[in-house]
Formats: sequence, structure tokens, C-alpha cells
Amino acid sequence: MGGILVLLERRGGDPKGSSLQVLSTARKLAEGTGDAVTAIAFGAGASASAAVAGAHGATKLLAVEDPALDLYVPEVFAATLAEAARTTGADTILGPGTSLGRDVLARAAARLSTGLLSDLVEIERGAGGALRGKRPVYSGKAYAWAKVPEARPAMATLRPNVFPAVASGAAPAEVIPTAPAGVTPRCKVVRLETSPAQELDVAEASIVVSGGRGLRAPEHFSLVRDLAQALGGAVGASRAVVDAGWIPHAHQVGQTGKVVSPSLYVACGISGAIQHLAGMSSSKVIVAINKDPDAPIFKAATYGIVGDVFEVVPKLTEEIRKIRADA
Amino acid sequence: MKIVVCLKHVPDTEAKIKIGPDGKSPDLAGVKMIISPYDEYALEEALLLKDKDAGTEVVVLSGGDEGVAASLRQALAVGADRAIRVDAPSLAGADALARARALAEALREVGADLIFTGKTGVGDDEGQVGPMLGELLDLPHVGAAFALSVEGRRFVAHRGIEGAVEVVEGNLPAVIAWDKGDHPPRYASLKGIMAAKKKPLDVRASSAAAAPAVARESLELPPPRPAGRILPGDAAESARELARLLREEAKVI
Repeated sequence: MGGILVLLERRGGDPKGSSLQVLSTARKLAEGTGDAVTAIAFGAGASASAAVAGAHGATKLLAVEDPALDLYVPEVFAATLAEAARTTGADTILGPGTSLGRDVLARAAARLSTGLLSDLVEIERGAGGALRGKRPVYSGKAYAWAKVPEARPAMATLRPNVFPAVASGAAPAEVIPTAPAGVTPRCKVVRLETSPAQELDVAEASIVVSGGRGLRAPEHFSLVRDLAQALGGAVGASRAVVDAGWIPHAHQVGQTGKVVSPSLYVACGISGAIQHLAGMSSSKVIVAINKDPDAPIFKAATYGIVGDVFEVVPKLTEEIRKIRADA
Repeated sequence: MKIVVCLKHVPDTEAKIKIGPDGKSPDLAGVKMIISPYDEYALEEALLLKDKDAGTEVVVLSGGDEGVAASLRQALAVGADRAIRVDAPSLAGADALARARALAEALREVGADLIFTGKTGVGDDEGQVGPMLGELLDLPHVGAAFALSVEGRRFVAHRGIEGAVEVVEGNLPAVIAWDKGDHPPRYASLKGIMAAKKKPLDVRASSAAAAPAVARESLELPPPRPAGRILPGDAAESARELARLLREEAKVI
């Protein structure tokens, strides 16, 4: 017995990229141990994920094919995941550090009376499934190493976009039709409302362009949106402008918003309060554009431009469009 | 209706984090402690329900040593009716499951139609306690709700997920873990602060002292970022140079 069980989150039928990152990581952790990697997916059409699950490292796919589970039902997802850990004998359960993954693994951890490491950026798996990992705490102001030495199955969620998703030519996973756990849910998601613009979420984007008080008025946020669009990135914001009602909280980056680590973060007119820096300073490349040369944001920046956002940002958008057109 | 709001006492979000002498916990000497911001949103939502229905009782609950009493008093000052502190100094080093168990034990005794908490305690940033309370108390839960309406014994909650909003329907009693919603937390009035001194703050012992499943090994500061550079020139020149660097040097576009 032993092995790794991976929650494969689907949206609109397809497994999400963050879940494929978890599967690839599970395959790597299982390498040389002889342990199996099993995926579990919920909702009608779950078995159609067998090919992509196989290519990313799963040998088996538990397909919980039930249209009542197309949308998230916390109690049923958690109970079924816990039951699957028992039937497969998995000593490790991994999931994506997304809204769904973090929620369902926490509920399942209580059901299994075990330990859960949330939002890992590094992971190690020892003999017998002992998990050890590194995770950001205080919104990235520090990192903690923690472990689940004895409780089994040891559980963890992995932060999206930190671990690579690697597809191989491996065969599709063997589909094992699986019944949902027999619990009667007392709450469920009845519908999903997506914004008409289908906006990219800051927590999932590989490029984030954020605006702050330096933009002076909400209507000037279009400068940030234009640059984000030219770069193919998401729109972020500082707490100050969210509190002022310029843009919804979903865009807020920082300690009471989202913690992001994209490959490129562009801060426009953001001074860089400690709560904001905590939320973005693990980004690979940081660009700061601010007219105050003493703004703390420049200490975190890879590249800085001391200048007026109203002049620099449109010029930068123009240059990016030129580069994109040439490419 | 009875609403119990679970509060966590955390270092101020403005605080700089220093590593403590044990190498695995923060040095909190001189650091101001606050109610975790998401728990404050949860408390505000509970008080708004009380504003609408005077028959609603709002109880605040926290686990920890005497230090957390300050946060509970503050919650009483803004309008909570009474407070309970689960006296368990060991909770400071416990994992989420041990904390959830200590809260669940008290919640079973107190009873509630709605149990509110923040979607995550800032600091540990785990977001585990809300869903765990649901499981331990055998109740439905909604994680990261930013809006809630209650109609009899039914509720509808809105929860923000990546690029979308989930509309969740369910039955009371339920656990709702709050994200930031539309309502900024209220401030305590002088009258409220005076009244809080007379409101009950009960202390109860915890028997839920299981060994934590998660063990913290160490705490470290992020590596310092390499020094960056300021690009010279006017807006057009610096923007052009930046675009070139992002493509050719950093290779991120």
C-alpha cells in the first residue's frame, strides 16, 4: 500500500493547469518509490480527463461521474476524497492551492484527523509518506518549513504556478468509475457567475499589472488595463484604491488581498506599503513606475522608472504592442 | 438567532516579521496584536444581522492565553453581546486542526445558528479552520464568502473563486468563513467601550489537547531581492528601454 492521491480540479470540463502542476509534482515525488499516483476528478465527463491525467503522471483516475458534482459540493467532495484515500491506501493526498483545493482538502483533513500543509512552494516526501514543505506565512513576509511526521495520509496543497506541469507520452490513466460518498449535502454551489470580460485572476496570471493611488482617479485605471491587455496579464490593485472603491476586492494584491508570484509584476503609481510588498515580492521580475524616487516599491524593483505614470505607462503600452506585433 | 464569531488574535499586518530565538516562531516583542482582518469582516456581518433583528445574539469566541482577551473586549466594544475565551496557552503552537477542535468543543456547548470566522487568519494564512469546523461539527460550510442572505432556515452566499463567483445555497445551521465583503468594520464608540466592561467574558478550559499533526520546523525570512536599477531618460526613452530589457534580458514577455 501507499501512494499519492491527487485532486484533479476541473472547470468547464477540462482539468485546470494548477492541478496538472500537482500531478506532475506527485509523479516526481513517487519516482523510484514504486508508489502509484492516482487522480480523482468530479462531475459529468470526469473520465474524459484520463488522457491528460495519464500524460501528467497518474496511472489511475477515479472518475466520480455525477452531474450533481459539476459544481462544488463541499461535504460530498471532502467525504469522497477521504474515502478514496482509504480505498486506495494512499499515504499522501495532494491538491492545488486554489479556492476549491484549499477548501476541500481542509475539510477532508478534519475528516481524516490528519495534518495539512497549505500553499507549499517546496515539497519533499519521505519514506512512508512523511511530507515536509516550505510555505509563505505573513503573506510572504516570511517562509515556514513544516512537516507532517506521523499522521496519515499526510496532506498538502501546492501554490499554483510554482511547480511545473510536465506532460509525457505516458498512456492514459486507467479509469475507475467511483461512486460519491453517501452523505447528504446541506449546501452546494448552485451556479457560477463569470464576469462577462472573463477576467484573468491575479492569483493565476503569469503577468500582473497593478495600479495604485498614483493614478489619482478611478477612470485612469484604463491605463493599467490597457497595459495588462497588451501584456496578456491580469489587473491588480493596491489596498488604497480598493478601499476607495475604484476596483473590486478580487483585484487586491497584498496581505488582505491576494498573494501573487507571477513572472512579471508591474506596479504603476504604487508606493509600496509593507502589506503590498508582502503580497508581490516573490514575483520573478518586478517593475516599478512611480514619480517619487524614495517610494519603497523601488527597493523591491528589478527595473524602476522614476516618472509620471500618465506619461510612462501609455508609452510602455505602445512599446509592448510594437514588440508583440513584430514577434 | 444566535451567531458565534470565532476570532483570532494576530500580529498587526503593518508589523515587520522578525525570527524569534527558537528559530521557528516570530519574535512578537513590541508587536501590536489585532483581530485578524477577515475575522473583523465576519464580526461586522454578524453585527449587521443583529442590527436588522434585535433578537439576534452575537457571541465572540477565541482560543489562547490572556492576551486574546484584549481582542474579545474590542469585539464587545463594537457590539458583540458576550465573549468566551478558551483558555489554552498550547493553542499558540498548535496546528489548524487542534485549534479547530478546541473551538468546536466550545461551539458544541454554546450552540449556534450561524458560526462565522474569517476565511483565513492572517499570518498563518492557511484558511483551514472554517472548513474544519464544518466537518468537526457536522455542519455545511462556505469558505471565503463575501455576501450572505438568510431567509428563514435557508441561506444564499456568494464566494469569490479564480475569475468567477460561486453562488452557494444551503441550510442553517452553517459555518461561514468570510472574505472581505461590502461592509467595512465599524469602530467602537466611547459608549461601546464603557458598555464592554460590563459584558460577560467567560473563560472555559479546553480538553481538546491532542498532539498536533503538523509540526513547524523553522521560520526564515525571504532572501533579499537583488538590487534593481533605475532606467534613465524621459518617459519615451525609459519605456522603450524597459520593453527591450523585459524581452531580451529578463525574457518575461
